[in-house]
Amino acid sequence: MDNSATGNTDFEIRAQDTICINESQLQHKWYHNIKYLIVGVLFGIVFVKAEVISWFRIQEMFRLQSFHMYGIIGSAIAVGILSVWLIKKFNIRTIYGEPITFTPKKFNKGQIYGGLIFGLGWGLTGACPGPLFVQIGTGATVVAVVLLSAIAGTWMYGKLRDNLPH
Amino acid sequence: MIEWLKQPWPWYIAGPLVGLTVPTLLILGNKHFGISANLRHACAMCFPSDIKFFKYDYRKELWNLFFVLGAFGGGVIAMWLLADPNPIVVDPDLVGELAGYGINDYSSMVPKQLYNWDYLLSAQGLIMMVGGGFLVGFGSRYAGGCTSGHAIMGLSTLQWPSLVATVCFMIGGFLMANLFLPFILG
Repeated sequence: MDNSATGNTDFEIRAQDTICINESQLQHKWYHNIKYLIVGVLFGIVFVKAEVISWFRIQEMFRLQSFHMYGIIGSAIAVGILSVWLIKKFNIRTIYGEPITFTPKKFNKGQIYGGLIFGLGWGLTGACPGPLFVQIGTGATVVAVVLLSAIAGTWMYGKLRDNLPH
Repeated sequence: MIEWLKQPWPWYIAGPLVGLTVPTLLILGNKHFGISANLRHACAMCFPSDIKFFKYDYRKELWNLFFVLGAFGGGVIAMWLLADPNPIVVDPDLVGELAGYGINDYSSMVPKQLYNWDYLLSAQGLIMMVGGGFLVGFGSRYAGGCTSGHAIMGLSTLQWPSLVATVCFMIGGFLMANLFLPFILG
């Protein structure tokens, strides 16, 4: 992958503590993003219809009262592992012909402390970040407050980051 | 067909569809599935406040904001065209426990008795919605990802730090649901 000096620095900052980053060298018009909007719509519909966004289903999961959520997460991971293996094995490229890249995730203590904090919030709100957006779409308007508070939490992490153990 | 789609979808249909998000995003543009990053992009866009962590070119991550905008739209469409008129069916033990807190309305995805604007202004509502949201946002960024970035994308690429994070997500959730939540709601 071609990393120009400036591009690379920006990539490193954006990639900091996140595995949700890639660096495409292609410049696209904004409307190329419509395809991600469509994937998001399908994702949102699945989340509603399988009741993944249901507070009740999450409470069931954390009380080991139902297999439903474990089945969803487990089979999603299985399909994900198989797909990534196939992409690597056959060197599958993107629809633009770019190579598909993977960045190894480094361990730090944030995954433990942050993971526990996130889990406490997940058990309380019954929603991780994805379902928050979908819940608002289903008409639970008060969830917008939960989302804004989650953005505030993210901001506070950024503010305190250098003083937190990692 | 539509009637069939309106029923709740079983895990073995929904799980693989969620898993297919991983290769779909990779093949569409080498994008890595991860939703909580959008909370950071929102900070970078609206309140960077001279914090180094929020000073980057968020425009390169616009695709992800389109994805969550789509997820919001998916929620609208599912309720508009595919809504299931029946209440959610959950384990009887949970129904019994929640009845003790006065929660017995299963007509919506979120308990209407907790998720409403009046309840928001109560102490319990503030803890649940404002406090819970804050923990979700703070913790997911501290952990470097949420359920999508770590549990699904991270484990799909066999990254052990993501396994550590996923186990910690579950421990936190178990503690909250079984130890603290009864105290908060009760």
